[in-house]
Amino acid sequence: MSKILVIAEHLNGKLNLAATAKCVTAAKAVGGDIDIAVLAADPSAIAAEAASIDSVARVLAVANAANEHAIAQVLAPQIAKLAAGYTHVFGPSTTFGKDLMPCVAALLGVAQVSDIMAVDGSHTFKRPIYAGNAIITVEAPAGQTVVATVRVASWAAAGTGGSAAVEAASTDAALPTHTRYVGLAAGKSDRPDLQSAPRVVSGGRGVGSAENFGIIFSLADKLSAAVGASRAAVDAGYVPNELQVGQTGKIIAPELYLAIGISGAIQHLTGIKDAGTIVAINKDADSPIFEIADIGLVGDLFKLVPELEAAL
Amino acid sequence: MKILVGYKRVVDYNVRIQVKPDNSGVVTDGVKLSANPFDEIALEEALRLREKGIATEVIVATIGPADAAAHLRNGLAMGANRAIHVVTTDAIQPLTAARTLLKLIEKEAPDIVILGKQAIDDDANQTGQMLATLWGRPQATFAGKVEIADGKATVMREVDAGLETLEVDLPAVITTDLRLNEPRFIKLPDIMKAKSKPMETLQLADLGVEAGDYLKTTHYAPPPKRSKGVMVKDVGELVSALKAKGLL
Ligand SMILES: Cc1cc2nc3c(=O)[nH]c(=O)nc-3n(C[C@H](O)[C@H](O)[C@H](O)COP(=O)(O)OP(=O)(O)OC[C@H]3O[C@@H](n4cnc5c(N)ncnc54)[C@H](O)[C@@H]3O)c2cc1C
Ligand SMILES: Nc1ncnc2c1ncn2[C@@H]1O[C@H](COP(=O)(O)O)[C@@H](O)[C@H]1O
Repeated sequence: MSKILVIAEHLNGKLNLAATAKCVTAAKAVGGDIDIAVLAADPSAIAAEAASIDSVARVLAVANAANEHAIAQVLAPQIAKLAAGYTHVFGPSTTFGKDLMPCVAALLGVAQVSDIMAVDGSHTFKRPIYAGNAIITVEAPAGQTVVATVRVASWAAAGTGGSAAVEAASTDAALPTHTRYVGLAAGKSDRPDLQSAPRVVSGGRGVGSAENFGIIFSLADKLSAAVGASRAAVDAGYVPNELQVGQTGKIIAPELYLAIGISGAIQHLTGIKDAGTIVAINKDADSPIFEIADIGLVGDLFKLVPELEAAL
Repeated sequence: MKILVGYKRVVDYNVRIQVKPDNSGVVTDGVKLSANPFDEIALEEALRLREKGIATEVIVATIGPADAAAHLRNGLAMGANRAIHVVTTDAIQPLTAARTLLKLIEKEAPDIVILGKQAIDDDANQTGQMLATLWGRPQATFAGKVEIADGKATVMREVDAGLETLEVDLPAVITTDLRLNEPRFIKLPDIMKAKSKPMETLQLADLGVEAGDYLKTTHYAPPPKRSKGVMVKDVGELVSALKAKGLL
């Protein structure tokens, strides 16, 4: 039977519940016992939160001052030790998991399966390549630990209401001191989180400037939506990098996605393919975004967006 | 200071990849190949560090088939001092790429290794992290800004929460994000000059890289298609359509 260890993501003492609970759902698709590992300076509150995720047997809480910030080369040796006895180690396909999980795989001497979209069997998974233009089925070798990242946009979060046992754990892994955390410059956080919000309003180069992005934020507020952006909008400095949606930004699956002044480049579309309903507003009727939009509206965004906001 | 740059050749980012009708792979015959965009950024960063006087030598390395030599010439034309071509006809998975690059590190002892954060063919996003691990050195992935001083790199990283800064001791592995820089264009005279720059050719089989029984791809499928939706003529219709779907 499979025994799966899910690595919890957390920041500032709070669990990233959505990302962690989605990994649990992917683990449930494999089947077997599911444990969660929380590595932190003080893991107690985070571990308690993780213990509430449905279908989790145990939460391993690893307290170590070196774990205050998520430094991959510090966390990985501990996880590689914890992995003994597990058939699978899963982490989310967020920047946290992408940074960390390949280190765990390398320490275990195994390949990593990136961005699991579907589980076909305990060692067989589907994942996207070429910006999502092809979906491949990959088989990990039997008899080796499967290290994988879970493509969060492909999975619903497991529910909460569980009460897993929390156990203190420690490892004798030697931890490097060659990496020092300096700081995090985070954008405003009073808006819904882009990766888990049910509604997202995104602006592209068509929005034209940082000031003009005000109409996108304003519409998003009216809809209680998160704000996203195309790479072009981020590159032009209209909004910070963490709002980028796409192949190399965030892959999201909101119920409702509004693409405003975005042309629909393949690298952008790969980030929104799993959205429930895609609405596009663009002045160019031939824009490729209209090929995948569920509802398209051709026109000037500077006229239509305020009009839409007023109509809500 | 020596910098080693991973410089992979991939299907150009403008190509819309098609899955073969028999689901055995993707169509790559006659498709345009280019440097992985993130690797161009990696090379550009290395060149800038050399131009600032911080680095003295920039080496581009690729692991790929014999005809990838022409691709390495582009890296030389862009400005690298020399190139290393590890020849193999096999498709290289990240763990093998990392083990191979480690052999090159053992040979060259670079102070900084810069790779792309991901290759846009396999979209794996693993090699840099695996390499740092196998090497036992720091990693700073998804770099948006790099400063080198006093044997350390201060790297601003593009993470989900915002911009994180790490300080790492050198030698270290850095992987690039899109906004680190804008790669220069290759100029015609530089293509001529590149012809006489040194390129070392090694056979993967001769490097003693441990090859494993890694991931087997058994099936390729096109992504599920989203059907074309409806066009509405004004905001009123848009709101009605959203209400009809229960979204408002
Ligand atoms: C390796 C690589 C990775 C990439 N990763 C990503 C990624 O993760 N995410 C991403 O988004 N991109 C990514 N890109 C970039 C991508 O290829 C496109 O360049 C980008 O998505 C374009 O952004 P855009 O649609 O905002 O801009 P444009 O393509 O310039 O489109 C602007 C649109 O706005 C419309 N418009 C202009 N004015 C108005 C107006 N007044 N009213 C209404 N409409 C208007 C125009 O008709 C046009 O369709 C990547 C590229 C590469 C090479
Ligand atoms: N065959 C290769 N040759 C040269 N560099 C490579 C190769 N494979 C991976 N890399 C480097 O590793 C990075 C990440 O690749 P990947 O882990 O496959 O997404 C790339 O951007 C390259 O810098």
